[in-house]
Amino acid sequence: MAETPTTSNYPTRWKRPPVLLTHPAWRKVILLSGLVYLVLAVQTVEVDWQRVYLGLDRGWKFVQGFLLPDFTSRWNDIYAGLMESLTMTLTSTVAGILISVPIGIGAARNLAPAPVYLACRGIITVSRSFQEVIIAILLVAMFGFGPLAGFLTLAFATIGFLSKLLAEEIEDCDRSQIEAIRATGASWWQVVNYAVQPQVMPRLVGLSLYRLDINFRESAVIGIVGAGGIGATLNTAIDRYEYDSAGAILIIIIAIVLVVEYSSSYIRRWVQ
Amino acid sequence: MLKLDKVSKTYKTGDKALHNACFEVPAGQVVGLIGPSGAGKSTLIRCINRLVEPTSGSITLGGTELTGLGRKELRRARRRIGMIFQEYALVERLTVMENVLSGRLGYVPAWRSYLRKYSPDDIALAFSLLDKVGLADHYNKRADALSGGQRQRVGIARALEQNPELLLVDEPTASLDPKTSRQIMRLIRSACQERNLPAIINIHDVLLAQQFSDRIIGLKNGEIVFDGAPDALTDQVLTTIYGDEDWTQLRGETTGHDREPEMPPVDLAEGV
Repeated sequence: MAETPTTSNYPTRWKRPPVLLTHPAWRKVILLSGLVYLVLAVQTVEVDWQRVYLGLDRGWKFVQGFLLPDFTSRWNDIYAGLMESLTMTLTSTVAGILISVPIGIGAARNLAPAPVYLACRGIITVSRSFQEVIIAILLVAMFGFGPLAGFLTLAFATIGFLSKLLAEEIEDCDRSQIEAIRATGASWWQVVNYAVQPQVMPRLVGLSLYRLDINFRESAVIGIVGAGGIGATLNTAIDRYEYDSAGAILIIIIAIVLVVEYSSSYIRRWVQ
Repeated sequence: MLKLDKVSKTYKTGDKALHNACFEVPAGQVVGLIGPSGAGKSTLIRCINRLVEPTSGSITLGGTELTGLGRKELRRARRRIGMIFQEYALVERLTVMENVLSGRLGYVPAWRSYLRKYSPDDIALAFSLLDKVGLADHYNKRADALSGGQRQRVGIARALEQNPELLLVDEPTASLDPKTSRQIMRLIRSACQERNLPAIINIHDVLLAQQFSDRIIGLKNGEIVFDGAPDALTDQVLTTIYGDEDWTQLRGETTGHDREPEMPPVDLAEGV
């Protein structure tokens, strides 16, 4: 064939060049030191095997409680805690969304002037830098035990989460649609309403539902530090060594999270 | 009437996109703006409605100096200038009707546009324009349910809904098949003739430009290198605009033996 001599002059071997750590010597040094650090770090973890052995017994009781959950004997407490948690979850999510939307718009580089942008990004950073439990401890100290502290904690945490993701979604908007609406002589509000809102709405709905289900799970956690809800009930049950009631509470939490998860994915597909 | 006097644009990066552009467009004249990619065609038409802020020079439309207008006056000026975009730039998740009515945004207060409460005149105009572009039955469809040609028709209706005094058209046929391209150009052309509307059409296809414009302006490296009748666009002129190429083939004027066999027309986009 005529093609054979023309290709014979070209290399027949090719290897993908490394993307990260392109220097061969440095690559070895960095990988090796990483490995050494990992080994050393694992060695510093002290395991008290005797304590583990004792704990196995308690853990087994817990598993038994989980397998034979007791919904009835503490039902009134569970029901009250559950209602408190669900109320806390819903109200804090709604309040969080209402506050997040303006902050999210303000934190979008393509819609807000620099001072507003920086202020809103600042709020988001503050909200995101604290974990829910830490905020809950602070707010329980300020407002006392109970669901008010929980509501405020979850609403505050929602702001950091939703505003940031909404702002990023707005920044990723199709520029040409914004440009086209702006070219008609539309004002800033009209640009937001006509060009930005239709583009980000499905994502905002999806994120809000996702946050609703995070807030429910978090409400169980922050209850343990005193912010009311099902978490408080769970904490009491564990403190009393009533693992069968605790198991029942955990099963209810898992069931609710599953329901919210499935319904939210369904709703998200529906709003596309 | 539109008048540009020594309009220049230098981007922050230092790119001189436009240099001392001077020309006048009388009422009813359709100007084809041609030139290689990056010659400043897009910049030039965006300077007119100040989607891109010109660095220096003056632009006047019907006695209004457009450069140096404040926010509010700029909105008033923009609503007098209709714009049609490459890739249509419709708001995809809004209905066809909302897209057309968005042409009125510069005229209605934000609360009215938010509630979609447009005046009967605006609505009647929108229906008549949709009928004129051949989409009378599609008004409640979502814009992303339409084909490319149909979307560009909605884009035309949106621009005309503004009752503009000037039409700026940016690569209207860039992603359309040859037949649809001609239909779209014919539609823009007839809309201009009906209303005695001047238009600047930024276009890559030299043949389309010649066929549908009253006048051709050639840009190269941000400078106007040709301004004249479509017939005056000789091979020599094309070479100054684009550089060396065998222009006779492009025109299809010669049917010499070296000509490639005619390919059957391929319908790239969905039909209208």
